[in-house]
Amino acid sequence: MNVLLAGAPAGAPSILVAVVLLAVAAAGTATVLTRDPLHQAVVASFFGLLLGVAFLVLQAPDVALSQITVGAVALPLMILLALAKVRRQPAGTGERPPESEPAPEPRQEET
Amino acid sequence: MRFQTQRRLFLVAMAGLAAFLLWGMAGLPRFGTFAGAYSRLLNATAVSERAATNVVASITFDYRGFDTMGEEFILFAAVVGVAILLRAQRDEEEGQPEEEMPGRHAPAASNAVRAIGLAMVGPIVVFGIYVVAHGHLTPGGGFQGGVVLATGALLVYLSGEYVTLRRVRPESLIDAAESTGAGGYVVIGLLGLVVGTSFLDNFLPLGQPGALLSSGTIVPINVAVGLEVAGGFVLLLSEFLEQTLVVHQLEGGP
Repeated sequence: MNVLLAGAPAGAPSILVAVVLLAVAAAGTATVLTRDPLHQAVVASFFGLLLGVAFLVLQAPDVALSQITVGAVALPLMILLALAKVRRQPAGTGERPPESEPAPEPRQEET
Repeated sequence: MRFQTQRRLFLVAMAGLAAFLLWGMAGLPRFGTFAGAYSRLLNATAVSERAATNVVASITFDYRGFDTMGEEFILFAAVVGVAILLRAQRDEEEGQPEEEMPGRHAPAASNAVRAIGLAMVGPIVVFGIYVVAHGHLTPGGGFQGGVVLATGALLVYLSGEYVTLRRVRPESLIDAAESTGAGGYVVIGLLGLVVGTSFLDNFLPLGQPGALLSSGTIVPINVAVGLEVAGGFVLLLSEFLEQTLVVHQLEGGP
């Protein structure tokens, strides 16, 4: 709270920091509001990238690098691969959540 | 419990949580100021003591090297756990990679993706080595560089087929990198016990700040972590891909 509202010049965040923090908040909210797991993985990746930018702006480049590699690359990749495995199971054996019918994917075409 | 009651309980709990959160945040130090003495002390002394221009690296791999060793073994244990979980189960069989199955019409990667992907593999690997090797000088280090190295293997998969990745990723070599990295960290620590005064003691010559070969044991530890992380992530990637593309449920399985 006082991160954004602090009025004193000493220790007050710059406009750049405020903008980046707001973007992170927006991306985090978007991640929660995206219901389809496939889309969510991509939105979460974007959120991870923005969080990396926030760390960079806050002068923590080491943490920013870790955040980008893990949050924007490794985590979405694991989610996508897990989704690919779950959706590949023949109907009846896999426990597919009823409410999210996956969009037709080109990779699933099988004869 | 009725839905109404549930929701009322949820709202009360959320209000309480929000109140505590705001109370706690109101007591935080002002933005950009930190009262702890540790950071100021290290900023003033770390470069002259350890000759590493990246103070973060001298904390993670020297002053707090023991903590980082624990973190490295957390990753090691996680990768081993995934490898065990994703092995072929009794009711599954390892078949042909799906891309080679008859009658499968998966769209092949377009030529543009192939060309750019393959052209990027070399620079990505070089960049990963750079990030690992310069961990004590600039932001980065074994962990970040290791993940960058592992994305080279991902690029091979994206720009080709899974069988291509299988060919360029000798499993024994990846396993060896993973375990050499994890074990190497402990060996460097034990060498400190033998040659120097204590476990993980920085016993190597420190050299000039800013030189590639400087800051003693921080460089070899970075290399060990880089090996471990790169091996671990490639192993994770290939276990997931193997499970997705190669392992099939047997007919009549549960």
